Amino acid sequence: MRWLRSSSGAALFALALLLAWQVMADHKIISPVFFPSPSRTLGELWREIRAGELWAPLGATTLRMFYGWVLASLLGVAIGAAIGSSRTARDYLNPLLEFMRPLPASAIIPPAILLLGLSNEMATAVIAFGAIWPVLLSSVHGFSSIEPQLLDVSAALRLTRMQLLAKIAVPGALPDILAGARVSLAIALILAVVTEMQASQPGLGQNILLAQRSYRSPELYAGVVTLGVLGFLINHGLMLLERRLLRWRPAIA
Amino acid sequence: MKRAFRGALIPAILLVSWEALSRAGILPMDTLSRPSAIVRAGFNGFADGSILLATWQTVEAALTGFAVAAILGILFGVILGLSPRLERVVGPTVDALRPVPAVALIPLSLLLFGFGLQMEGWVIVFACLWPILLVTIAAVRGIEPRLLELSRVLQLGFAARMRKIILPAALGRISVGLRVAISISLVVAVTVEIVLNPRGLGYGMIIAQQTLHPDLMYAELVWLGLLGWALNVALERTLARWPGGSDSGAMRGRL
Repeated sequence: MRWLRSSSGAALFALALLLAWQVMADHKIISPVFFPSPSRTLGELWREIRAGELWAPLGATTLRMFYGWVLASLLGVAIGAAIGSSRTARDYLNPLLEFMRPLPASAIIPPAILLLGLSNEMATAVIAFGAIWPVLLSSVHGFSSIEPQLLDVSAALRLTRMQLLAKIAVPGALPDILAGARVSLAIALILAVVTEMQASQPGLGQNILLAQRSYRSPELYAGVVTLGVLGFLINHGLMLLERRLLRWRPAIA
Repeated sequence: MKRAFRGALIPAILLVSWEALSRAGILPMDTLSRPSAIVRAGFNGFADGSILLATWQTVEAALTGFAVAAILGILFGVILGLSPRLERVVGPTVDALRPVPAVALIPLSLLLFGFGLQMEGWVIVFACLWPILLVTIAAVRGIEPRLLELSRVLQLGFAARMRKIILPAALGRISVGLRVAISISLVVAVTVEIVLNPRGLGYGMIIAQQTLHPDLMYAELVWLGLLGWALNVALERTLARWPGGSDSGAMRGRL
């Protein structure tokens, strides 16, 4: 009951904001060119859905994000496992990575264009470069914090290195890796949109930029709303997946 | 000593072989340039002041956006943190706005403000606002309830309550959000410039690339890397030294 009351308050607040916006735009108190009324934005979104115009750019952006993220995750877990389980690898690689990590990922777009052209490979490389850090850092943490007792057990059982990896190291590091991968996916979406805007790759990013250039502002807002929904869905989707994959683990907190 | 040597080994090998392969004509000069040319281009860029000007434009936008986001985030964060009821009403709207990637707002900001500092600044504000807001709400929630009771007993006004109780008690944790936000501000500033805003280091790199000056482009890339790295190190130092990272330490001196 209390839940109902508080959530209805929240819904009322959101509706009131949208309604105020609608009324002000209808009466031209705020410029409908810059702030088109919510009904026009949603109408445009609905029209795109019905005409089937939404799916191609949405699919292109999602796929671009996904490729870059998969590449980032594979590389991140591999490098993270090496650094996390070997002191030597850490000594050799850490300073280089410490320098590259704070570099704004979009800053490698110009060199990437120069080397790979305005291509899908370029976009994938840029996305992978930017999205690798959370998953890399979290898998370093995951692999370096394996219980010493488990290592003793594996030595007593004479597990080979592969067995140790598959049975102890990876399951132990999985919670960290998944948490990192979720942050990485959010970054991958951002960079997918950036590469579409800067390098004219087809997708939602390019669409909203083109909508802005021709002052089709309802279309611009519809694109922003779509990206927001996409961002929300991927975040919650991965959280659900995380919970499923980690069900074997007793709840800690 | 040994570790420093190991850390420098791979970058050194890469640089030397890059230079050597480039001089041997194996690596193409027009896309990869070469380390000696990059150093020269960077030196020229600093000598004529163009890199410093671009750096200032980028840093100016990042800091302005960050400052506005910090003021808004802490203000609304304190209000929402003090009133759980209000937070329940406003929270879902915030949760709905948060997943919008800040870069999706670049065209919108351009529509509203045109090219320049303002459009870049507002995108940065949007990106930096959420970490500060959420951390501030959590920090204010975490304040010892007896301190808030005390402020009620002493009948402190809002400003006095803010200055004497809330900010000192919550600032340690808020600083974590500020740290995250300031790194974000630099990244977003460069991104906006790379995508379309004609100012700052990001734009400088795009122009260097398009006018076929790869040496200057790589020099600016290295410079950006150094900036980001220095910012990171500086933030880690200040955070480690922050008075009473937990809540109570800073309080004791004040009470």
